[in-house]
Amino acid sequence: MRHTISLLVENIPGVLARVAGLFSGRGFNIESLCVAETIDPKISRITLVTNGDEQIIEQIKKQLNKLINIIKVVDLSEIESVQREMALIKVRAAPEHRAEILRIVDIFRGKVVDVSPDYYTVEITGDANKLQAFIELLKHFRIKEIARTGTVALPRARKAFKEKGEE
Amino acid sequence: MKLTGAQIVIQSLIKEGVNIIFGLPGGAIIDVYDALYDSPIKHILVRHEQAAIHAADGYARATGRVGVAMVTSGPGATNTVTGLATAYMDSIPIVVFTGQVPTKLIGNDAFQEADIVGITRPCTKHNFLVKDVNELAKTIKEAFYIAGSGRPGPVLIDLPKDVQQAKAEFEYPKEVRLAGYNPKYKAHIGQVKKAAQLIASARRPVIYAGGGVIYSKGANEELRRLAEGFSMPVTNTLMGLGGFPGNHPLWLGMLGMHGTYQANMAVIHCDVLIGIGARFDDRVTGKLEEFAPDAKIVHIDIDPASISKNVIVDVPIVGDCRDALLKLNQALSNINIDWEDKHRDWLEQIEEWKKEHVLSYNQPEGGPLKPQYVIEKLYELTKGKAIVSTEVGQNQMWAAQYYKFDRPRTFLTSGGLGTMGYGFPAAIGAQAAFPEKLVIDIAGDGSIQMNIQELATAVSYRLPVKVAILNNGYLGMVRQWQQLFYRGRYSQTSLEYSPDFVKLAEAYGAVGLRATKPDEVEATIKEALSKDVPVFIDFVIEREENVYPMVPAGAPLSHMLLV
Repeated sequence: MRHTISLLVENIPGVLARVAGLFSGRGFNIESLCVAETIDPKISRITLVTNGDEQIIEQIKKQLNKLINIIKVVDLSEIESVQREMALIKVRAAPEHRAEILRIVDIFRGKVVDVSPDYYTVEITGDANKLQAFIELLKHFRIKEIARTGTVALPRARKAFKEKGEE
Repeated sequence: MKLTGAQIVIQSLIKEGVNIIFGLPGGAIIDVYDALYDSPIKHILVRHEQAAIHAADGYARATGRVGVAMVTSGPGATNTVTGLATAYMDSIPIVVFTGQVPTKLIGNDAFQEADIVGITRPCTKHNFLVKDVNELAKTIKEAFYIAGSGRPGPVLIDLPKDVQQAKAEFEYPKEVRLAGYNPKYKAHIGQVKKAAQLIASARRPVIYAGGGVIYSKGANEELRRLAEGFSMPVTNTLMGLGGFPGNHPLWLGMLGMHGTYQANMAVIHCDVLIGIGARFDDRVTGKLEEFAPDAKIVHIDIDPASISKNVIVDVPIVGDCRDALLKLNQALSNINIDWEDKHRDWLEQIEEWKKEHVLSYNQPEGGPLKPQYVIEKLYELTKGKAIVSTEVGQNQMWAAQYYKFDRPRTFLTSGGLGTMGYGFPAAIGAQAAFPEKLVIDIAGDGSIQMNIQELATAVSYRLPVKVAILNNGYLGMVRQWQQLFYRGRYSQTSLEYSPDFVKLAEAYGAVGLRATKPDEVEATIKEALSKDVPVFIDFVIEREENVYPMVPAGAPLSHMLLV
């Protein structure tokens, strides 16, 4: 089963290597991983998506908790959360397809962020399913390049775990 | 007054109460060695960095304190990796200082540069690269705290040369606060009560105790109360030997691959298994699916990640072994049961198993010499009072089977990583901690050659370690596997061209002795014990003696080979 795990970690060199090394060393999977600073510059948030049976997920969380630089581990799959991913997609836009591509982008509430004679670059945000559906549709027009961010996620408001310095 | 980074290291060690360290200097750690020069800390100069780490590890195992080692950058640092991995697998608290090239040069492939923090990340509990001398004292404080608390482990501190030379005000922090590290010592009373209920319902309980009982001070006494008070048999893992008296009637011996018949039979047939400070390692469980098949499992461990890692546990208790056992004993004594009566049939069954297959060997008069006989004689002549380290392989298993340990911290062995070459430097570390005690390394002719250069260290510091080499001219355990599972094809296991260990010891200024026949053993051991210098004893033993019982790797415990 897929799990989205959110980590608050000390924002110091080597922390990402510790997390990545833990996963490779113990044979766990990482589907995606996102890291950025939080409001407190001393703390970063790592959002990672992994999969495994219950026992493996339990081990992953326990092992992450053992890392000294990890302050908090929350399994967002156990609580209500908001999950989003962004992608930039460079799709071939032949004159006869331009209108149709724009319609699809519109339906999915995407945005065209770069236009050239032959290509549109489209920005799209949503959960993993929405992105997948969108990409499938654009495949008909030939996708040249794609860059996905991986999932970022937060618990829904009332269950939030607070970052230091946040209201 | 401002101190240099190098002086801060030494002053911090003094604040930590460190009075002995093990190491070998080099260009990138030379400043700290300069500060060491007129400090009160004793330094044991080893002949290879790996030995410094094992010595610090042996010191830590024997004393319960944090062991300290110091080496230079590059090859000095990479030579520590095996020692760190050894300590990590067995949860041994050590702090290792490595020199590093100046911060400006890091990443430049400078002379004797190695990314040791990167290299040792997976085999340390934690590690640090100190880039600012103002962070140094705090980092050392944290390192000692992390190494010695919770589930202990090795911590490495990498010290760039410019940080050693830079100056800062020295103030050693009084306490440590780490947002992401809070070991839990107190066992949850609700869980303890659940465990007590489960134990009360058992007909055939077995206690399975590991290294956690050794490391948690006083846990061995609570373990004894648990066993005696509620009439339950105890088996120990290799790491747990000494956690329960080795001649106690409730003791089953070691379990697992080379465990006793009665210990493995008890685990196979028990209905409640109480795991204490042990981690259900593959050498203990054999085939996982058939391990303790009828049992509900209680597991006490300070490391939550050890619980339900290999075996799904029914009642997990996270906490310090002593605290958990104290509470468990309390909870059990509140239950009104005639424990002796409840477990009588079970203990009778175990007595039958004990009689069915006794650990045994046949020592023909006049030779060839059997290794088990040597260990039994060592046990007898040292009255079981020695601190015993081992190398890895057959020597280790025979030591575990035939030397009866009855106190914690008297058996030093590389259980998890299985590091050949561990025992001799570890014995040196233990001897440095306890100059007056008898320290014996039980070795094989293969293992001893993996750190034999430390003879020079032992001789030069007058550390009178006794090394009993069980010399069969083979990498014996591998040969045993080849004999049993690889149709006797002895691929690269014969060590026919070993040095003359007697002459070698003498060349180093130690004493070398040899025994080849059973009737020489006693006199030779007595002579060795009478010497106040390091002694190598070359016991020339039967070449193809095997360790039994044996459960083939991956087989269930019920598949014991008994002869």
